[in-house]
Amino acid sequence: MEFKRKNKTQLLSKIATNDRHGENSPYFDGWKAYDNNPFHPTQNPNGVIQMGLAENKLCFDLIKKWIMENPDASICTAGGVDKFKDVAIFQDYHGLKEFREAIAKFMGRVGGNKVIFDANRIVMSSGATGVNETIMFCLADPGDTFLVPSPYYPGFARDLRWRTGLEIVPVDCKSSNNFRITRAAMEDAYEKAQKWNLNVKGIIIANPSNPLGTTLDIATMRSLVAFVNEKNIHLVCDEIYAATVFDSPRFVSVAEVIQDMDCCNRHLIHIVYSLSKDMGIPGFRVGIVYSFNDDVMLCARKMSSFGLVSSQTQYLLASMLSDDGFVGNFLRESSKRLAKRHYVFTKGLEQVGISCLTSNAGLFFWMDMRPLLKEQSFEGEIELWRVILNEVKLNVSPGSSFQCFEPGWFRVCFANMDDETVEVALNRIRTFVLDRENQESNRSKRCWRKKHLRLSSSSTRLYDETIMSPCMISPHSPLVRAKT
Amino acid sequence: MAIEIEQPRVGLSKVAVSKTHGEDSPYFAGWKAYDENPYHETSNQSGVIQMGLAENQVSFDLLEKYLEEHSEASSWGKGAPGFRENALFQDYHGLKSFRQAMASFMEQIRGGRAKFDPDRIVLTAGATAANELLTFILADPGDALLIPTPYYPGFDRDLRWRTGVNIVPIHCDSSNNFQITPEAMEAAYQSAESMNLKVRGILITNPSNPLGATIQRSALEQILDFAVNKNIHLVSDEIYSGSTFSSSEFISIAEILETRGYKDAERVHIVYSLSKDLGLPGFRVGTIYSYNDQVVTTARRMSSFTLISSQTQHLLACMLSNKEFSENYIKTNRERLSKRYDMIIKGLKKAGIECLKGNAGLFCWMNLSPLLEKPTRESELALWKVILNEVKLNISPGSSCHCSEPGWFRVCFANMSEQTLEIALERIRKFMEQRKRN
Repeated sequence: MEFKRKNKTQLLSKIATNDRHGENSPYFDGWKAYDNNPFHPTQNPNGVIQMGLAENKLCFDLIKKWIMENPDASICTAGGVDKFKDVAIFQDYHGLKEFREAIAKFMGRVGGNKVIFDANRIVMSSGATGVNETIMFCLADPGDTFLVPSPYYPGFARDLRWRTGLEIVPVDCKSSNNFRITRAAMEDAYEKAQKWNLNVKGIIIANPSNPLGTTLDIATMRSLVAFVNEKNIHLVCDEIYAATVFDSPRFVSVAEVIQDMDCCNRHLIHIVYSLSKDMGIPGFRVGIVYSFNDDVMLCARKMSSFGLVSSQTQYLLASMLSDDGFVGNFLRESSKRLAKRHYVFTKGLEQVGISCLTSNAGLFFWMDMRPLLKEQSFEGEIELWRVILNEVKLNVSPGSSFQCFEPGWFRVCFANMDDETVEVALNRIRTFVLDRENQESNRSKRCWRKKHLRLSSSSTRLYDETIMSPCMISPHSPLVRAKT
Repeated sequence: MAIEIEQPRVGLSKVAVSKTHGEDSPYFAGWKAYDENPYHETSNQSGVIQMGLAENQVSFDLLEKYLEEHSEASSWGKGAPGFRENALFQDYHGLKSFRQAMASFMEQIRGGRAKFDPDRIVLTAGATAANELLTFILADPGDALLIPTPYYPGFDRDLRWRTGVNIVPIHCDSSNNFQITPEAMEAAYQSAESMNLKVRGILITNPSNPLGATIQRSALEQILDFAVNKNIHLVSDEIYSGSTFSSSEFISIAEILETRGYKDAERVHIVYSLSKDLGLPGFRVGTIYSYNDQVVTTARRMSSFTLISSQTQHLLACMLSNKEFSENYIKTNRERLSKRYDMIIKGLKKAGIECLKGNAGLFCWMNLSPLLEKPTRESELALWKVILNEVKLNISPGSSCHCSEPGWFRVCFANMSEQTLEIALERIRKFMEQRKRN
């Protein structure tokens, strides 16, 4: 049906017409490049390989197997249909009791069984996106500010700010100490906010970190808790990658940390969780708020009316996650497979002298491409990124889109492809790095290469020579960054 | 269960401590009474019968039959080959097959008198989310939406709570069967202006909740003209469109637009949901259909906060694209609701109670004003308490729907078995007899 009449610009709200939806960032430009020319091993071997999407595709076989063996978990099969009516009617924002219990148990197991989560505190919303926005609505007013350690997930700009009207002030973390969050950096950010007359309501951290792929150590966690207690502000811990930890140190939830801190005001502590990354089911929209503050819990629960999880999905997952055998096996296998993937990539890159931040979690690694920048600046980073996207045909995410303080870092996702594609991607990177280094060999630079090179036997170029026209950087891109 | 918070122990947002979530209204107090003492036909025959919840339970057997015969709809096919793609799918455009199925279903409900483009459908987790989302897009904090009274109590939360937008009522009364008039709309507009509130839109529910009646064509034309004259938006919440007792009696704003050649359509937005027509509130299926490209794009982006589970999209795409199923469902559902409606109207009449003439929805609009001591809100609430605590029926007082005329009550009839409805009618009859004797 054609809507023939030209659409006049109707007056919409400020929220509708600003661009806090964040889609003008390079983070999304790369996705568009991928959408226009997606890699396929046989149909489009020269296409762009998607390495900018933090999806977990490694363990679907385990979930499928469980579903086939448990038809009654679906209310829409002959076995389960007698539950259909009750479940389809159920829109109580408390959520299905079995679902909450299963989630609480799962979160406990993911945390190494060091904490018991109370099923009555589980509040849901539509995915991690939904819960992050919801918790902000509960904790802060338009114009208020949350501190966020950088580098951070680009989606925070939208999720925390768009409809809530909040501001973000980054807590700058640096490579000199492996991007750890320091007390000094927190204080710095807090003072900066004060100077700008911004009312700081809290700090939100991701543990494990996106994009770093690292877990926070206990000392840092305690320092964060102490900091928020002193300032009387909130601490939101986004723990959505908790079960992607594949190496030591183990994941430590903030819930565990505060168990041992008597002087902590628990009303300041809130956890955000989701199944989108740990289980690889982002389509099912399972987001969880777990707050130690009754008022926040009650408020978030009321707000969950705006984004309840489908009762059909609650029912299926309640059944699946109460199966202890399945859960145990899933968590073990998932860790193993992530570890293997991570190893293949990081070792492969090491062979061409590219180092990555040492990491033990996540669906990505944080790659150090500073040696390859023509210029140690964000312009240099974007120039390199364009080349990687348009010539090497890999969509990796430039650190600037994560508000990284230093140029030259890239997030590379590794869990969203099969093993063959991993090989292709690695070969492309290796070939590119060698070519680039040859180009740079005349420039005076510090020598970054540490190991003896091992060239792949197939040194033929595996990518198309045609250069795609570079995407325009929007005036709101992270390159335009306040330098204080 | 709502906690009174005067001074938050630690700083929460103003939104968090406000009462605009609306849960302190009698609308919800009655639900609590029901929760504490729910009627059961064998184990608790003296319990409270829930007549305050607009759910459609009359047609589940049709859904269950479909599922028994088409189990591949949810099990992603033999061997679950589609599971992976489905579980990963979080694209805010929504499953194309689902949008197509929704567009087709909406067309069928309107007897093919309006066409819907699947690419203009934006998916949200329920109509609750759709209404809030549209408000975020069409109005700024402090602005106003005009809403005809009586209206669904949930609007107070959905349209105002987190958005900071105000509702200014368009007063309708029984003198003309609560129809919306140009005079009433103008009066509301002036009232908003006098309060220095910028009016951004008018939101109608058609068929109306709580009236249980469709809006007539002439009124729809006037409403659209009003929106054009004032240069504001028109949101038409049509979530009960499939619950009209006769297909020809419902006229969608989409049909009005079609006859006008889509002139001025870019200010019109339709909200739909499967919660009422299909009786699936738990599945959280809402949609926004907008004729405005910018609204579609923005709403789609915003729907990231409230996507529909892809598992559910997949199931319903299969179900609703089965024309045989959907046509039969729509027809049978209408017939059953119509039968229920007749039953309750007859039963109330026998008890000496009149209702507004209705032709849609899951409830009727009952007139108990003759029973009020005084024509006041307080008398209405006193009567409501008697009906709740003594007659043990949870019905919704008109004041909770912002009705300006005391004495009207919304009574739901589709969320129970016929036997339970008989019992409820019997209780009402006894109550009225007793009143007459006193």
